[in-house]
Amino acid sequence: MKAMTESRVLMFALALAAAGQALAQANLEINTPAIASLQASMQQRHGQLAGLYASGAVGLTRDANVALRDANAVALAQRQQVNSLIAAENQDRAALYREIARANGKPEWENDIRATFAQRWIEKAQAGWYYQNTSGAWVRK
Amino acid sequence: MRSKLIALFIALGCTLTLVACVTINIYFPAAAAEKAADRIIDEVWQIKKGEDAVKGDRPAAPK
Repeated sequence: MKAMTESRVLMFALALAAAGQALAQANLEINTPAIASLQASMQQRHGQLAGLYASGAVGLTRDANVALRDANAVALAQRQQVNSLIAAENQDRAALYREIARANGKPEWENDIRATFAQRWIEKAQAGWYYQNTSGAWVRK
Repeated sequence: MRSKLIALFIALGCTLTLVACVTINIYFPAAAAEKAADRIIDEVWQIKKGEDAVKGDRPAAPK
């Protein structure tokens, strides 16, 4: 009788462990201070980048970054500033992908996460913005 | 008899757990990653819930 009860407890524990793992797989951990601060910094920068996406000066790359697409769409005096914006954005993006992978205990997922983001950024981009297709050509959405 | 059965169950449970662990380690959870990406992008680009940016049929950003 005692053995029966013990085995039930054990089975229950195993079932619970399996359920826990299924749950862990259903969602990625993104609620960490590092991710939140990167998100905030990117959100703030978006105020400056949005106009550049709309004018076609800056586009979304196939590797989940942003890049200068049409330098002529930017006044000469502002080009340096736009380049710094792009560099800062790409730095934050790289850190974001790395942090998500790390927050989930899987640093080796970084490239998969980047690839996922590449698709989602483009999917969520507004009409009129430019993105790179899989062969690297610029396409207007 | 019963103890053999219990042993069998335990072995089965352990095997299942192990298989689950290996599976999770090998496969990248693409659907979960997509969901996470969407939540972050909505936040960064300030896309409100229910507003469908995909269609792009709202008045486009000022040219």
